Amino acid sequence: MAILADKNTRLIVQGITGREGSFHTQQMIEYGAGIVVGGVTPGKGGTEHLGVPVFDTVREAVKETGADASIIFVPAPYGADAILEAVASELPLIVCITEGIPVLDMMRVYNTMKGGPSRLIGPNCPGLITPGEAKVGIIPGYITKPGGIGMVSRSGTLTYEVIWALSELDMGQSTAVGIGGDPINGTNFIDCLRMFQDDEHTEKIVLMGEIGGDEEERAAAFIKEYVTKPVAAYIAGRTAPPGRRMGHAGAIISGGAGTAQGKIDALEEAGVKVAKIPTQIPKLLS
Amino acid sequence: MNLHEYQSKGRFARFGIPVILGKVATSPQEAYEIARELGGTVVVKSQVLTGGRGKAGGVKLARTTEEAEQVANQILGMSIKGLPVRKVLIDPAANIGTEIYLGVTNDRAAGKPVMMASSEGGVEIEQVAHDKPEAIIREHIDPFLGLRDYQARNLASGINLPREHWRAFTKIAHGLYQTYLNTDAVLAEINPLVITREGQLIALDGKISIDDNALFRQPELAEMRDIEAEPKEVVHARAAGLSYVKLDGQIGCMVNGAGLAMTTMDMIKLYGGDEVGPANFLDIGGGAQADKVAVALRIILSDPGVRSVLFNIFGGITRCDEVARGILQALGEVSTNVPMVIRLNGTNAAEGRAIIDSANIPNLTSAETLTEAAQKAVDAAKQAMRAN
Repeated sequence: MAILADKNTRLIVQGITGREGSFHTQQMIEYGAGIVVGGVTPGKGGTEHLGVPVFDTVREAVKETGADASIIFVPAPYGADAILEAVASELPLIVCITEGIPVLDMMRVYNTMKGGPSRLIGPNCPGLITPGEAKVGIIPGYITKPGGIGMVSRSGTLTYEVIWALSELDMGQSTAVGIGGDPINGTNFIDCLRMFQDDEHTEKIVLMGEIGGDEEERAAAFIKEYVTKPVAAYIAGRTAPPGRRMGHAGAIISGGAGTAQGKIDALEEAGVKVAKIPTQIPKLLS
Repeated sequence: MNLHEYQSKGRFARFGIPVILGKVATSPQEAYEIARELGGTVVVKSQVLTGGRGKAGGVKLARTTEEAEQVANQILGMSIKGLPVRKVLIDPAANIGTEIYLGVTNDRAAGKPVMMASSEGGVEIEQVAHDKPEAIIREHIDPFLGLRDYQARNLASGINLPREHWRAFTKIAHGLYQTYLNTDAVLAEINPLVITREGQLIALDGKISIDDNALFRQPELAEMRDIEAEPKEVVHARAAGLSYVKLDGQIGCMVNGAGLAMTTMDMIKLYGGDEVGPANFLDIGGGAQADKVAVALRIILSDPGVRSVLFNIFGGITRCDEVARGILQALGEVSTNVPMVIRLNGTNAAEGRAIIDSANIPNLTSAETLTEAAQKAVDAAKQAMRAN
């Protein structure tokens, strides 16, 4: 069983008829036939797209398909509303790929969801993949391999780089999760670390962090206290100057906090092996 | 996106915060006219988007109109932390008694806004957090309830503000929270908020940083962006949808993905040591169409410090052969003899490399791994530097 999604996941796609939504739905269907059970585009209910039924609302889609997960590809101005619509239907898993949702919107979403039954991954993330079973997101399937390494990351292509390096050496992954590069996201490192620690299929864990905020520091404290499985990590942004946003809205060193070195120190102190370059990760795990 | 002091104080005033706000001058003559209009002693303040203006000599008192003209002339000619001063704000001088700090920002860990107050006004809040963290009082704000009066009182009492000022302070705290909400700010701060000798609370200086992701619904604020105060390449990059940050090194980088772009910078520094480093952060995003690659390449090459260029592409959904064609097309549009190293990995990487190799461009070499690519780019930059 891996974490978050497997071959039994029943997924709907919010924004299925859009350019991004269409492209990635096709990819998800090709990776694991049967996973996508429907889509939602307001105004296009009753039609069919890529072989699955399209509904006007999430409520209707869930009622008709029995979906237990949603993935969101709508444009940023509608991102918060799309998440809240999925939350209203109490879907256990909501993955938001959309980049550029205003942080004030995300604060309202975050505080609405608190204590509720739904888990949000993202926004501004590549989603997740359980190799050989389910792809809920945009991580390219063919670079992954089934196995026992759990991966959690704030980046996209950097994660692919490490997945690739692992797969080349036959070191497969249980589940790889991209939690996203925004300042406020639904699921953090600690949530994923806990799930990987409790998952019997995950033997080792990889954490890919970056500058900004203090999530890696808090993850380090959690690892020290709770995680017994070996953890290797990489932190991007050692050379990033303070006060400048490095692409991701969350990747910014502010007021001397959120530096790479501070995170590396905290992780090493918790017994995590921290790689100098990402391709060292496989070696640190073997 | 950061607003200038005069723009920030203009916003504060809209939400009922008492401010000291004169007028902006772009020439000494204008400064003279404004000073005459205001009468009395004025303060001439450089309007640049950085902190430490006072220390750099960019804020000066002028007792007469002639002095205002003279000081404006001096400040308008200067450069603060590399930013040329193009505007000065002429404010009436205040009779300052006490200086305090009041700001609101996003607390990422709490997922809520947090309002902060400190009795140590006039100093950068980061400095206070470092030197005297107990001087900062914090109140988390429930985004659904908004700031409550008792929270403003907690702040006032926490910084030992005399009780006769609590009513005025609470009103200002509400005004600041409204400013933060209505401008989609990631930071709105009044620093210092002064208590004048006449016993009035008034915002003397301030700063607002707007959430770039919210500019689509803040057209009025988006218009306020001071393009003249920004380097040209930053303006071009934004228009093309590229994420670009200029750095001081010699190796221009073009990468897909923010995390991988930071990693590429880190690796250049790792192999380049003290001698060479990254010249920029540049994320071209997904897809990497030829026209976007061309704009990115032009931006990188417009930096006279660049001695070599490193392309690092991990094809996921993006196909490396398409990226390779994009780069060749871009090189057709932008001619250069700066040495370039390209590293393609992931989807159709072999095809992409074949396309690059068969194009036979003398100053373009390919590399298989990120390590090899970084080392090659570093060597090429060092060679170019020695040749000069």
